[in-house]
Amino acid sequence: MLKSLSHTARLEFTESIRARWFLVYALVFGAVMVLLLASGLTESRVMGFTGLSRTLTMYIQICMAILPIFVLITMVRSVAGDREAGVLEYMLALPVSLGAWYWGKLLGRYVTVFMPVFLAVVVAVIWAAIRGFDVPWTEFAFSTGLLISLTWCFLGIGMLISTIAKTSDVAQGAAFTVWLVLLLFLDLILLGAMVREQLPHEVVVGIALLNPMQVFRTASMLVFDPELILMGPAAHVILDAMGRTGFLIYGFVYPAVFGTLSAYAGFLFFRRGDLQ
Amino acid sequence: MIEFQSVSKTFQKRAVLDDISLSFDAGARVALVGSNGAGKTTLIRCLLGEYVCNGNVRVGGVDPRADRQGVLARIGFVPQLPPPLKIPVGELINYSANLCNSDPKHMEEVAEQLGLSMDSIRNQPFVKLSGGQKQKLLIGIALGRESDVLVMDEPAANLDPESRKIFFSLLSERTQNSVMLMSSHRIDEIAALVNRVVELDRGQVVLDDHVADSIDPSAIQDCNLSLSRDEEALAKSLAEWGFTNGDGLNWSGTVAGPDRLRFLGMMSRYAGLISSLELK
Repeated sequence: MLKSLSHTARLEFTESIRARWFLVYALVFGAVMVLLLASGLTESRVMGFTGLSRTLTMYIQICMAILPIFVLITMVRSVAGDREAGVLEYMLALPVSLGAWYWGKLLGRYVTVFMPVFLAVVVAVIWAAIRGFDVPWTEFAFSTGLLISLTWCFLGIGMLISTIAKTSDVAQGAAFTVWLVLLLFLDLILLGAMVREQLPHEVVVGIALLNPMQVFRTASMLVFDPELILMGPAAHVILDAMGRTGFLIYGFVYPAVFGTLSAYAGFLFFRRGDLQ
Repeated sequence: MIEFQSVSKTFQKRAVLDDISLSFDAGARVALVGSNGAGKTTLIRCLLGEYVCNGNVRVGGVDPRADRQGVLARIGFVPQLPPPLKIPVGELINYSANLCNSDPKHMEEVAEQLGLSMDSIRNQPFVKLSGGQKQKLLIGIALGRESDVLVMDEPAANLDPESRKIFFSLLSERTQNSVMLMSSHRIDEIAALVNRVVELDRGQVVLDDHVADSIDPSAIQDCNLSLSRDEEALAKSLAEWGFTNGDGLNWSGTVAGPDRLRFLGMMSRYAGLISSLELK
């Protein structure tokens, strides 16, 4: 099982890095970091952030906006696209268990999508070290952990959609809808809804705690801004209830669990029905 | 070795397989024929455990849905349409060999016997190969591994005559203790390779007949041909079959035993030009 899984993961990685979407994806994250560094952001001081912390804060916020949709759109084509193209017919006729194939594919894709995101951060750290800025290693480690968790979360959601959808077009539409819904339930948009509709605090905070994008947003800001000065009202309520450490743990664990459960649900769908 | 018991499969309330019962023992070389939409590919996918179906499918007494790895370890498969994989050819061979516990070199050797130059394509993306190259490689992977069931969907459709000769010879080496199931919409493509013909029509078995062909699948027959006049299109076709000529009117070459029907089918288009034709 483990041998087949590792071979499948390697195959998926090799296949993915040759795809056009990966080129665009890697270029976007590379370009974002280069622009942040070239714009002199590291040397500016706005709202208390300076040095590499400021660059990382900006990068994390941009990741929150574009990483989920990139991961979803590329991932949902995975199983649905392979099914349409006849790849599944051949690959699943080889003696590989469905578990090894499914989870191997997910792991291979995970390495592929996380690599450019992480390498961009590494480039920033190297650049900061060369320019003589202090590298905030604790923040760097927390940010990396949160990015690991967010990437896994949306890969899991993408895999679920991909196994349920009959065609890759349907899968893409569903992925975009999921992303839009999660975006609409972010803290600052929730604030508007709360004021307008006079929703109970518990509902707003509950939604904020269930939305993995909001959890990532709050936790990633909490890394650099322990008082959450920049955040919306739901984040303050959550911070009061859970504390900084508690929420950082939650911010890492919840999206990872959400992604794992989504991927597992996808596996159950995949295993149950027609494979091709 | 292979059992289909009352197998039915429907897609959106349309029966694609309707109560199919078939049994293939070791040594069976089966042509699965029928027009497009007859149910050939669906039956193969049920055998490979890729479709959920009503009834029972067993390979060596085992349900392919229940023990995929165990069953698929016994089945070599060549699809009709090669998958559009971007991975390099070498990676595909290594992946397949690792899963099948086989030697990748053996797969490469079979592909090379079919005329594929592995050194020049090993690092090329699979999807960039020509149709014929893809087919040869997938045949190399299927025949270069241990298996006692061979399932092939239109396996020789993209092969040139020379490669077909070698392909037929390779198949003849492994027909004794194994089951070979070949799907085609044209019986003349595979007639001489099989000892049983199963025809499907709208999901039902309409013909299940045992056939006998005295010729060895690996046999090569000499062919001498005289024409009444030179014809450019025929000359081109004969050259593709590897025939040579002395004066433009007399041709000689070899034809693989199982390819006789196909060769004569090609020649029938030029029947008016043939003065004499000898196959021995």
